[in-house]
Amino acid sequence: MTEQELKIQEKKTANPGDETTKNEACFAPHVDIFETDKDVTVIADMPGVTTEGVDLSLEDNILTIQGNRVLQKQPGRILLEEYESGHYLRRFTVAETIDQEKIEASLNDGVLRVRLPKTGPAQPKKIEVKMG
Amino acid sequence: MAFIRFADRPAFRNPWAEFERIRQGLDELSRTYVDQGKTQSRANVYPALNIYEETDRLIVTAELPGVKAQNLELSIEGETLNLQGKRDNKQSEPGISYHRREIESGSFSRALTLPVKVDAEQIGAKLSNGILTITLMKASAVTPRQIKVSAE
Repeated sequence: MTEQELKIQEKKTANPGDETTKNEACFAPHVDIFETDKDVTVIADMPGVTTEGVDLSLEDNILTIQGNRVLQKQPGRILLEEYESGHYLRRFTVAETIDQEKIEASLNDGVLRVRLPKTGPAQPKKIEVKMG
Repeated sequence: MAFIRFADRPAFRNPWAEFERIRQGLDELSRTYVDQGKTQSRANVYPALNIYEETDRLIVTAELPGVKAQNLELSIEGETLNLQGKRDNKQSEPGISYHRREIESGSFSRALTLPVKVDAEQIGAKLSNGILTITLMKASAVTPRQIKVSAE
């Protein structure tokens, strides 16, 4: 099997809503979102963010993923700069009803994985038709 | 702070050295005053790299989210630094349906010619939270050395 080559994906600037006082870059992380019948999983690329820097919230069906990183001062002189470092922010409207209490998140190798369990699988309700 | 870069200084006086110095100065000026990002060079091979220079070392950084240390290979040959690795982002759970797919899986390989000679024995690399930092010490021949001036 020939493996696919990874390509550079352009970093998109995130819109924090209002302007921040600090002049620091903020990007929208690339995400994968998938659903099973039990939960919705969001995977977000946030290199450089530690567990302390992650801020997750789900309010009024809006999931906010925020990753704050400690931006280090650049060492020495720049010879080549192909990417910019910054914080991460992205918001999603979640259509499904989520059990807020059971949201789980883990961070590995700069990748955040959030599991949002659905509240009680929506059972298709069968309506019996009686012969009358 | 003027270094002559990318080539060892030739034995004869390089008539273009002064232009190179001016160009570097202008580059630094534009980096300071023009919006960041505009002056950035675009990478066309994954991963995008940043390279910094200190007096005695070079620092190469790359953002490699989801790449495990055991899937990353680094090698140096002369003045060429090779970076190879792969990222596996396939989900094993059955019965999933994707809503968004922006993260790719695959392999990458990038070779980089270093601007100065480095000491191949003194290379440190660490991968933390998806950020790779490679520290390469310059070869002793190109490291600036303090020379004591003795008074007589």
